[in-house]
Amino acid sequence: MTARTMFEKVWTAHEVVPETPDTPAVLYIDLHLIHEVTSPQAFAMLAASGLRVRRPDRTLATLDHSTPTSTEQIFGNVPIRVDAAAKQVQTLEKNAADFGVELFGLRDARRGVVHVISPELGATQPGMTIVCGDSHTSTHGAFGSLAFGIGSTEVGHVFATQCLLQRKPKTFAVNVEGRLAHGVTAKDLILAIIGRIGVSGGTGYVLEYRGSTIRALSMEERMTICNMSIEAGARAGMIAPDDTTFSYLSGRPRAPHGAAWDEAVARWRGLASESGAAFDASVDIDASALEPMITYGTNPGMVVAINAAIPSKADDPIDQKALAYMGFHGGERMLGKPVDVVFIGSCTNGRLEDLQAAARILRGRKVAKGVHLLIVPGSQQVKREAEAAGLADIFKAAGADWRESGCSMCLGMNGDTVAAGQYAVSTSNRNFEGRQGVGARTLLASPYTAAASAVFGKISDPRPLL
Amino acid sequence: MEPITTLHSTTVVLASTNIDTDQIIPARFLTVTTKLGLGKSLFADWRYLSDGRPNPDFVLNQPAAAGSRILVAGHNFGCGSSREHAPWALVDYGFRAVVSTAIADIFSSNALKNGLLPIVVDSATHGWLLEHPGAAVTVDLAACRLLLPTGASVSFPIEAFARHCLLHGLDDLGYLQSKLDAITRYESARGG
Repeated sequence: MTARTMFEKVWTAHEVVPETPDTPAVLYIDLHLIHEVTSPQAFAMLAASGLRVRRPDRTLATLDHSTPTSTEQIFGNVPIRVDAAAKQVQTLEKNAADFGVELFGLRDARRGVVHVISPELGATQPGMTIVCGDSHTSTHGAFGSLAFGIGSTEVGHVFATQCLLQRKPKTFAVNVEGRLAHGVTAKDLILAIIGRIGVSGGTGYVLEYRGSTIRALSMEERMTICNMSIEAGARAGMIAPDDTTFSYLSGRPRAPHGAAWDEAVARWRGLASESGAAFDASVDIDASALEPMITYGTNPGMVVAINAAIPSKADDPIDQKALAYMGFHGGERMLGKPVDVVFIGSCTNGRLEDLQAAARILRGRKVAKGVHLLIVPGSQQVKREAEAAGLADIFKAAGADWRESGCSMCLGMNGDTVAAGQYAVSTSNRNFEGRQGVGARTLLASPYTAAASAVFGKISDPRPLL
Repeated sequence: MEPITTLHSTTVVLASTNIDTDQIIPARFLTVTTKLGLGKSLFADWRYLSDGRPNPDFVLNQPAAAGSRILVAGHNFGCGSSREHAPWALVDYGFRAVVSTAIADIFSSNALKNGLLPIVVDSATHGWLLEHPGAAVTVDLAACRLLLPTGASVSFPIEAFARHCLLHGLDDLGYLQSKLDAITRYESARGG
């Protein structure tokens, strides 16, 4: 039998009906995550057609995208400031109640960014198919699941049938070898990978991140990597489950327990791609040569090492348009450029290790005058852990703004925005025009680089502070 | 959904590459609970000046763009967020096809579910279309061909089942529901 990739194994195990030239596969979905922004139209379709959610037990809802991060609006008596967002929150509350779906409501201790809470609960498990009406669903591939973003119509399909119609994607091996240097993080690695393969290099593929560098990463680092697969155009990214995965999951509330745990681990150990399995494409990355990375343009592939200059591509209209938006010029150095806002959070870098990294830089230091440092934990659990570990005290002492969990300034739906023309160093995933607010200029970087830039009020190499 | 067999229209050209779904419809317009009326927010940050007036330099605000149903866009159109609000906004505005050299996976899937044809063509054809904004072209979905006023006829790939649904005005949920017995058997075989 030919050697199979991990993707192939997970895909085949979920084929209810295999694809034919005329029809896509009917693919079974193990876990459906939903949130307030992309679910209302799907629930409305169900209601209009007299349908029910087929498997509420495989459906989990949270509030994250448009929810406020201010404590008064979540826990106080202050109403949600953005009216339309308040309506989305109420709509999901009503839909969850009407259709019997479990919802982590606004004041629930388990609430948070959808891609942070599901792993945290142990609901995300190896070998599963996981979907959500959000492109960063690729995050869950860090556990060896096949996880991808879908549109609202497909959210409705999963509600009604627990299945999706899918064509089988191709496979792409991203082989990463070597040890990351001091101060170089998983975020820098994924930015470098996107810089290398380009923002459409992964279109039509599922990426599998492999090699010694990936094996050495923690689960939270692996989630940062898989999270940004979509920024390379790939709907999904996967990492083979191993002991790191199993020790992360062990004992989590929704992970299997007792004999079921042993059985699951034995099954999960068989998921990795077999030796000699063929991929449709591949790239080799030398991680040992990497430096902290930062974006200079308006897509995540426009990225350079922190000490490097912006490439001069005077004859490239794409680059020129991006630089004009950013107010930069080819040949300028990134280091030392002024910063107005720093955002640490999101499904990319809003987990405890990310906050620990930020605290390592901010401990005993102050945020530069005139800079707004917003730190938004990825979930209420991350918030509690950060507070218990004294991280929140470090942040507050440094002058940072410490909030309740949510997507917040990653996409600025909830009122947490960057003003027109301002520069924001952000640990999130997209530096598109206007992503963080109309006219906002986003520079994507690691939590180390973001925190160091907040301290100096300009783009800074974090390594001297570590 | 209305069946689509052929589409005849002049084109509008937005040559920028990597037009992401945040440009197609910025996130601040996603605080809705229906899919209606999003056309007014299409390309909002390019289409309107900061005081809300139409930006006269933007192509959709120019008289030649009126009534066009086919958008010709740069490479990698629709990248980024999975928001279906992007095709909803394009369709509500009046577009029925997007032509590019590459269209992002999730956008493409969402577009097909809303009667918006994602048409990927070779770079020579794309180059011609970029250089001839307003060209009157025909999309023949049954034959999977794009016909240019030069007489050229260019084939384009489109997923067979989505094409079948579009040609006959079918909703693919109906097909999924026809497999419910198989789905139940699959669930039973796996123990739930």
